[in-house]
Amino acid sequence: MDNSLYQYLLILGDNSMILGHRLSELCGHGPTLETDIALTNISLDLFGQVRSYFQYAAKIADSEQTEDSIAFLRTERKYRNVLLVEQENVDFAHVIVRQFLFDGFHKLLLEQLMQSKDETISAIAHKSIKESKYHYRFSGDWLKRLGDGTEVSHKKAQDALNKLYPFTNEFFLESDIEKEMSAKGIGPNLNILKETYYSNIHQIIAEANLTLPIEKQRVAKGKLGYHTENLGYILAELQYMQRTYPNMQW
Amino acid sequence: MVDTHLTSLPEEIINILESVKDPEVPVLSVLDLGVIRDVKIDGKNIAIKLTPTYSGCPAMDTIAMDLKLSFAAKEYLASVELVLAPAWTTDWISEKGRQALIEYGITPPMGEAADKSALIHGEKIIPCPRCTSTNTKMISQFGSTACKALFQCNDCLEPFDYFKCLK
Ligand SMILES: [Zn+2]
Repeated sequence: MDNSLYQYLLILGDNSMILGHRLSELCGHGPTLETDIALTNISLDLFGQVRSYFQYAAKIADSEQTEDSIAFLRTERKYRNVLLVEQENVDFAHVIVRQFLFDGFHKLLLEQLMQSKDETISAIAHKSIKESKYHYRFSGDWLKRLGDGTEVSHKKAQDALNKLYPFTNEFFLESDIEKEMSAKGIGPNLNILKETYYSNIHQIIAEANLTLPIEKQRVAKGKLGYHTENLGYILAELQYMQRTYPNMQW
Repeated sequence: MVDTHLTSLPEEIINILESVKDPEVPVLSVLDLGVIRDVKIDGKNIAIKLTPTYSGCPAMDTIAMDLKLSFAAKEYLASVELVLAPAWTTDWISEKGRQALIEYGITPPMGEAADKSALIHGEKIIPCPRCTSTNTKMISQFGSTACKALFQCNDCLEPFDYFKCLK
């Protein structure tokens, strides 16, 4: 098996899966019916993308793996998502800021992955980019509405931005796997995306009347499997059924 | 747009494909929806290539199962392979499918530029499927399913779904 490619598919899939799970927690709890439906639809898109990545990963794996075993039966240290996506929902402002910071990156990443030398990854990216554009539009619009809204909504959005913005640095900290994929033309050189990412999001943050936090980055090694305690709680819920009733299906 | 190689399929096969509907929009057949990308016939064996609309569309598993069952009912053995490339676009919805959508109460996709004007800038250009008035407003970019946005008609006051353009 091409272990590097397998690991790379986990890096790509885990971000969508953990964020998709966070959004699914809002099902029936969104602040209004429309935002509830929107957030769970975004969750559904992300899970669809995860299925494509993990079906491919299962196909190239040596051992008997399925998309489900990859999703549900790994331990915490084996998840490769960035720390941003596992952060708690807290309130609607946190949900939107987290989504916005991720979507801005996701869109740029998928644009690059469309050119991937790996045909399957390229096909998944061609499919996903269409969806991610809608997500970015949704989260960007709401960021402006919250930031430029009432005193309370502004404060909540600013608090969320102060807390979550420093996690964005991790997108561009290349792991060895990502460096290898970039050298092989399968994944992009992430450093190239950095400038565009920050210039894009800073423009929308400014339009939203929000200011950049003083602390701009933090240590984050999610791609290497070092997570915040949040992931443990997520996995406890996410894996409960498979752990309690092994191999269950529906 | 139904590909030419699909229209040249034997009538019996076309009829079976026409009988399989999108479970979420049951007036659209899989041919109208444009998700059937290829059909190979080898005696009683039918190899179908199916492409998903949206990545997470839960209807896809149901459609694959319905295809197998519908062919089995006519004593064919159908296999269904999911293909991702080229990615599905709303341009592949047939003209018959677009008409069926309107009658069902869903406004069919109008194109990328129209979506931008309507969904982002709030321009009143999306026609109500009931009274055809374009005096309509967007309620939510995401409607009852990921592929639709929720609108309301200011004239007849009815809410309706708009099938968003996906390119
Ligand atoms: Zn009307």
